[in-house]
Amino acid sequence: MIEWIISILLLIGGSFVLVGSIGLVKMPDFYMRLHGPTKATTLGMASLLTAAMIFFSTTQTGLSVKEILISLFLLLTAPVSAYMMIKSAIHHKLDSIERTKGKDNIEDDV
Amino acid sequence: MRLEAKFKWLPTPLRSLLLFIVWLLLNNSLSAGHIVLAVILAIVIPLATSLFRTKQPLILKPGLALRHLMLVLYDIITANVQVAILILGPNKNLNPGFVKVPLDLTHSLPITILASTVSLTPGTVSAEVYPWGESLTEGEEPEERFLLIHVLNLEDEQALINTIKQRYEAPLKEIFQC
Repeated sequence: MIEWIISILLLIGGSFVLVGSIGLVKMPDFYMRLHGPTKATTLGMASLLTAAMIFFSTTQTGLSVKEILISLFLLLTAPVSAYMMIKSAIHHKLDSIERTKGKDNIEDDV
Repeated sequence: MRLEAKFKWLPTPLRSLLLFIVWLLLNNSLSAGHIVLAVILAIVIPLATSLFRTKQPLILKPGLALRHLMLVLYDIITANVQVAILILGPNKNLNPGFVKVPLDLTHSLPITILASTVSLTPGTVSAEVYPWGESLTEGEEPEERFLLIHVLNLEDEQALINTIKQRYEAPLKEIFQC
């Protein structure tokens, strides 16, 4: 039974991480590419880590909770790295695709 | 908004609690020795670092903060599913856009938390806070702040701004009382 739960969690996690990577390849411009890795991977990593937590708690003695820390650090760092990347993209005036709305909302930097 | 904690020896109560929990999680144990060490670290580290940290507003409503955290975690799960569907669908159906959200928050910590939640929730990534910090002189407060966000699939700009303001900004204002 526990093997089933672990396998399902691993599959869910793997597919979300895969979708995030597909987004990275498939999207037409830099700004849209950022959406895949920042979001689709957080849930994927969370599922993989939950699977790891269940696996190590059941096969080894004692509860294994270190994985909660990894998820916490991932949740903290994902938005920050996304922000740094999009900030430098705006600074370098990277082109976004033609139909992007509200481009005049971007102000010139000092 | 309150910057100073009740007790001088405990400048950041919630961060001390976090340090305590993180230490126990890192060691993966609940033995008496580790608990004592965790308590000492949770008190000493904030005191030792308080001199070179700028004062940040304290969380004044912990219960509400916990409820907001649960809401954000739930939104992260739905965001993942929504973005996965958008990514796998055809590219030509996506209408990306930049949106400027006016902010009522004033302090840097609440704004950082808001920007991070926006990045983690459905279809939006926060890009920039206006006005630029460099364009302001020291200690000057800008009249109005904006958060520039990039939206993967922009349908209704005003509705999106309203959602962000009501769902994520209003609870933060309440939590930090600013």
